[in-house]
Amino acid sequence: MQVPAQFRYEKASSVEHALTLLDRFGAESRVVAGGHSLIPMMKLRLAQPEALIDINDLDELATISVEQSTLCIGALVRHTDLLSSALVGEHFPIFADAERVIADPVVRNRGTVGGSLCQADPSEDLSAAFAAVRGEAVIQSADGVRTVPVREFFVGPYQTVVEPGELLVQLRVPIRSSASAYLKVERRAGDWAVAAAGAELRLADGVLAETGIGLTALGAPNFHASEAEDFLTGGPATDERFAEAGRIAARHCNPIADQRGPEAYKRHLAATLVDRVLRVARTRWNGLHPEEEAR
Amino acid sequence: MIMEVTVTVNGHAYTRTIEPRLLLTHFLRDELGLTGTHWGCDTSNCGTCVVWLDDVPVKSCTVLAVMADGRQVRTVEGLEGADGLDPVQQGFVACHGLQCGFCTPGMLMTARWLIDHNPAPSEGDIREAISGQLCRCTGYENIVRSVRWAAEHEAGVREHTVEEAGTEVQA
Repeated sequence: MQVPAQFRYEKASSVEHALTLLDRFGAESRVVAGGHSLIPMMKLRLAQPEALIDINDLDELATISVEQSTLCIGALVRHTDLLSSALVGEHFPIFADAERVIADPVVRNRGTVGGSLCQADPSEDLSAAFAAVRGEAVIQSADGVRTVPVREFFVGPYQTVVEPGELLVQLRVPIRSSASAYLKVERRAGDWAVAAAGAELRLADGVLAETGIGLTALGAPNFHASEAEDFLTGGPATDERFAEAGRIAARHCNPIADQRGPEAYKRHLAATLVDRVLRVARTRWNGLHPEEEAR
Repeated sequence: MIMEVTVTVNGHAYTRTIEPRLLLTHFLRDELGLTGTHWGCDTSNCGTCVVWLDDVPVKSCTVLAVMADGRQVRTVEGLEGADGLDPVQQGFVACHGLQCGFCTPGMLMTARWLIDHNPAPSEGDIREAISGQLCRCTGYENIVRSVRWAAEHEAGVREHTVEEAGTEVQA
């Protein structure tokens, strides 16, 4: 039987209460929401926090809304709610694409968006999706609120900029005219990605005015492919350029060989997935803007 | 640390004093003696421990019992009603939906939730719904048939009830 080590358990009744508890119990305390990463780690004794602060009652963090043309996703929003949100699906289909292949429906009932980002697993799908669309993380502490671009949120595997005493409360994505998509290769239903890629693009006068490319499980710094984005932005959205962007992304990422495949295979997937996901995003863009179809 | 919790399971409120590290699946089985909920992989992969927490299916090996304090839990023991077995249970009987039976409680709880939210699930809907649950006997074909049987049976009962109501109005 896998049993976590002993810990103190506190249930937060509000964000302020959670922050008070985080201050009181310090660096050895951990926030728990869905718990579908933290509790398994505690069962394996890979994590042994002295105190758990349960934020499951903080309904104010479980909402999806639009405020001043910004999509606001509470940290406690469950995967299943992000997947089924018509609001999210309308503006950023990349999230529904990603959620459909995150774990399984029962796990998605419990796991949360904020928990996924704070876990900072290199194979986590939402990290790449939020990096692709240039989302922002809203982090609160007793001292106030700060906003960090998701592209600067991750310090390394399983490490983020969230400090002791701080709580990730919301993810924000500015709503703009764009199209997005996410594609993943997995060994079997519900598994972590062998590799995955997300893309967001916006065209103006036949030229890519904005390009975002997220990479999952490929060792890309902060889950995105900046060299491929720089190559694409400012030029047309052609098949040839998408294929070249894939090759650039494959060259600049840093996948590691593991039980899911050797490095060369993962680089091959990086090139192929980036190419394909850009095409899916372009098809969606053309569907939204039939009058100025991009080739 | 020891905590007193009150969890309502299948409509009955149970108060127990537990360690916060106790998992919900062990709380149900060892503290309450409700061994219908099975304890399988212990890694949230197999899904035999699925119960409803506030009307949502969750893997109870990855939920702390203290998280269920003040909340509602429904287990496989709560499926049977005054009229007898739940239609999903009847479906598993009628379509040979179990062999060793180890995965069955989780399959039943997920199937019940699916039909409640999607009364006419396609085969694809059913396979997606149980995609986080493993049958070591690999009896998936019959599990899918069993869930379809339950959905069709319930649809038939609804239709029959409407017809009867219609007849009464005419009479």
